[in-house]
Amino acid sequence: MSQLLDHSATSWRGQSLSHQDSVVDLLDPSLRVLAAFGFAFVLVLSQVFLPLITGLGVALLVAMLARLDLRRTFKRMLAMDLFMICLIFLLPFTTPGTPIWQGFGLSASWQGLEHGLMIALKANGVMLMLLALVGTLSPVVLAQSLAKLKVPEKLVHLMLFTLRYLDVINQEYARMRLAMRARAFVMGCNCHTWRTIGYLIGMLLIHSLERSERIFNAMKCRGYQGKLYLHHEMQWQRRDRLFVGLALFSLTILIGMNFIWK
Amino acid sequence: MEINNVPLLALDKVSFAYPRRPAVLDQVNFSLYQGERVALMGDNGAGKTTLLHLLVGLKKPLVGQVIAFGTARDSEKSFVDVRAQAGFLFQDPDDQLFCPTVLEDVMFGPLNLGFSRIEAKLRAEQVLHQLGLEHFACRITHQLSGGEKRMISLASVLAMTPKVLLLDEPTNALDTAARQRLIDTLKGLPQAMLIVSHDHDFLAQISTRSVVLTSGKLSDSDYKSATELTEKTEKVA
Repeated sequence: MSQLLDHSATSWRGQSLSHQDSVVDLLDPSLRVLAAFGFAFVLVLSQVFLPLITGLGVALLVAMLARLDLRRTFKRMLAMDLFMICLIFLLPFTTPGTPIWQGFGLSASWQGLEHGLMIALKANGVMLMLLALVGTLSPVVLAQSLAKLKVPEKLVHLMLFTLRYLDVINQEYARMRLAMRARAFVMGCNCHTWRTIGYLIGMLLIHSLERSERIFNAMKCRGYQGKLYLHHEMQWQRRDRLFVGLALFSLTILIGMNFIWK
Repeated sequence: MEINNVPLLALDKVSFAYPRRPAVLDQVNFSLYQGERVALMGDNGAGKTTLLHLLVGLKKPLVGQVIAFGTARDSEKSFVDVRAQAGFLFQDPDDQLFCPTVLEDVMFGPLNLGFSRIEAKLRAEQVLHQLGLEHFACRITHQLSGGEKRMISLASVLAMTPKVLLLDEPTNALDTAARQRLIDTLKGLPQAMLIVSHDHDFLAQISTRSVVLTSGKLSDSDYKSATELTEKTEKVA
């Protein structure tokens, strides 16, 4: 399953390796984060179908402009939509309202179905927009643009350190797993397996803790006194201003649709 | 004149022990002078790394004094400028290279020293160029090979223009080519060095004098050739 869903839990290189250069890549990263955030905000608060469907359309358009890798994007969306399908099936039964279907002492309501569909539309629209605007940023640039948007420095540093050491810790894990296998360990459903996995996780935690101490020492040796300095070398261009205009325009229309259609 | 007589780094009757364990260092005296490249040898767990840590204040002595650049140091604060002048190369480059890209990592030291972003970048590029690593600037640190990581961490230390280099097993896990490259680079550097290593051939090529740490005591070990050095450590062991 994990392969099918193509979730990059252990490799943070993400989409940056496989997607081609596009118009979206030329835009200022922090603007892209802001735009995606604004879009998500408007879409989540929308109460009628028209802005939701339009929003999904806009997201699709941006995704096409961003030249997202189709297969990869589809797999990612599928991971979420499996959950959404459950929601669409379950919500009608838990929401009171005009019944569509009754049986076995249960009744499904139109309102619930409507609600489920709306959530699915919102989720897909926001997800697609995020993948197109934010998912195409390299994680490091994303962290830097978050810092530029005044996200607390501690969080940004936490993200940067995670990016840097995820791979190191993962390698450590892989090495230990290999060493276990070399001594004929096979995962099973027994006490021995559980204890061994416990040891493995415990050891991983201890290793990480010790490593963090060594990193801190190494940082102190290079004059670290509690302050990190981040790159801020991005400058607004004409196309960025154009992008802001377009984003604001479409967001206004999406908001407007909510009121007109009510 | 006086500079030559005052040791850059010195330990005065320093003792150190980890909790619930016998003393690692027992009344150790040590001095490192300008122009010296001292090899520090000893068995695993003899306290070689601990000694390096004491010199830059990462650990505090139980007894005795650390004297750096002519001044006795005791508080964390007093060690801040020692660390700026004594470049410490860690055993595992993964501990040292924590920034996402090489350039940022080399810039980290100079920025901490109060350089502006532009100056720091200039300084970093200059050091990378000096070591022939300029094409690594935009690479992602964790994707580098072991030898490359080692050279970049050396660059990140040199970017702070230290007077002394403390090297903790620098040739560890390097292949022949990477090792030779490191040796050539180190030979060309003017800094005084204190080198912890088990690589006798490497020490013979680079060091001007050597000391051995055995059961908490530091003793001089004069040697002429790599073989003699090997015999000496074998005797110690």
